[in-house]
Amino acid sequence: MRALLVLILALTAQAAAALPERLADTGLDEARSLAFTPQYPLWSDGTAKRRWLALPPGASIDATRPDAWQFPAGTKAWKEFSYGGRKIETRFIERTAAGAWRFAAYVWNAEGTEARLAPAEGATLPVADAPGGRYAVPSRTDCLACHEGAPVPILGFSALQLAADLSRFSKVLKNLSGEAPRIPVASPETRAALGYLHANCGHCHNDSGPLAGLGLVLSQPAAGAAPADPTVLLARMQHRNPLLRMPPLGVRVPHAEGAALVARWIAFHKESHP
Amino acid sequence: MTRHLFDVFIALACITLLTLALASPVRADDKLARGKYLVTVAGCNDCHTPWKVGAQGPEPDMSRMLSGHPEGMVLPAAPKPVGPWLVAAAATNTAWSGPWGVSYTANLTPDRDTGLGKWTLRNFVETIRTGRHMGRGRPILPPMPIPMYKHFTDADLEAIYTYLQSIPAIKNRVPDPLPPGEVQASAR
Repeated sequence: MRALLVLILALTAQAAAALPERLADTGLDEARSLAFTPQYPLWSDGTAKRRWLALPPGASIDATRPDAWQFPAGTKAWKEFSYGGRKIETRFIERTAAGAWRFAAYVWNAEGTEARLAPAEGATLPVADAPGGRYAVPSRTDCLACHEGAPVPILGFSALQLAADLSRFSKVLKNLSGEAPRIPVASPETRAALGYLHANCGHCHNDSGPLAGLGLVLSQPAAGAAPADPTVLLARMQHRNPLLRMPPLGVRVPHAEGAALVARWIAFHKESHP
Repeated sequence: MTRHLFDVFIALACITLLTLALASPVRADDKLARGKYLVTVAGCNDCHTPWKVGAQGPEPDMSRMLSGHPEGMVLPAAPKPVGPWLVAAAATNTAWSGPWGVSYTANLTPDRDTGLGKWTLRNFVETIRTGRHMGRGRPILPPMPIPMYKHFTDADLEAIYTYLQSIPAIKNRVPDPLPPGEVQASAR
């Protein structure tokens, strides 16, 4: 009884433990971590990004479900955002021993030598290369808005996103079966557009998260595709009213290349279904 | 001494758990009544029910209870702010202009196409907690008092949601908000 209580208290304490004040203390070791690049990246107002994942020694990811890999306790992921070679912030996700996920953002100093924990409510930074000279660091609730809408909070490290590179991660993946997933459509134009929508919209607009009731599924299960009405999507991506433009978080400047992908998809559809 | 403290801790934990287990479950009608009470005293009708001029002066038009800004209402451009007079409201109390742009109060009735009919309890709770539509969409704009309402307890929010889902559904598609500087709009 006492041992159980001690265990519960210990797990609770870890889950509630304060986040490290310095990025360096989160355990990021670029040389020892797994660097990865999703094939369909998220548009973030033109920032350059680098990503890493780290697992506890000997631990592995259960890849049984290709759309919802199960990450072990102790998993850590980082994403670094920069403009013109200047590091701005690094975001951090950790799965605690109790199985919960926690999120944080670290802001780099001007010299790029140290990053410190951003306030929980987020921050706005003066950054010359950012749209309007202002860069928005997300709040913790903003982190949850995207990362808790998907089946798994780690969004870019998945079967579909790493399909071209899966063998590189085979040592940390267990129960991986079948061929690398590919969005099962005939044309490259459609595949590119659906992949873009999956990465930029699908973490909220899917059939399993809190917005499932809207009936708009833009995520790509590795097993099949479910195209939505692309005309409406393009209109919302390019809407001149920023309050109505999608996505509502993390983007201030519409992504011309992404809109072009969707526009080409629409054109392809019209040609195929006159 | 340590052992004694530990025993006291265990005893308190057991009492707490027993109290929780024996507590009467909240009945559905209690929740509904609690939700109606909260919606009434928290002032939801002040902005989400269009106001009209009655015999005694302005009053909420309860025939359109909580249905938000009337979709057919034509409004001229909002007046320009002068000095400290930053905010303007339409006579219905459902359209507001300020530094955030122009906002129109939402349809809170359970109409599936224009109200909260498709919303889950989670969608509602996350909206109030985060100040974003369904917890992840666009920001909820002033004058919605999110900074205060986000402190509602989970039980209170569930009661409010339960009540809102029980009121008559009214089909009324509220206009989209306007960004700052955009003065035309208001008519649909």
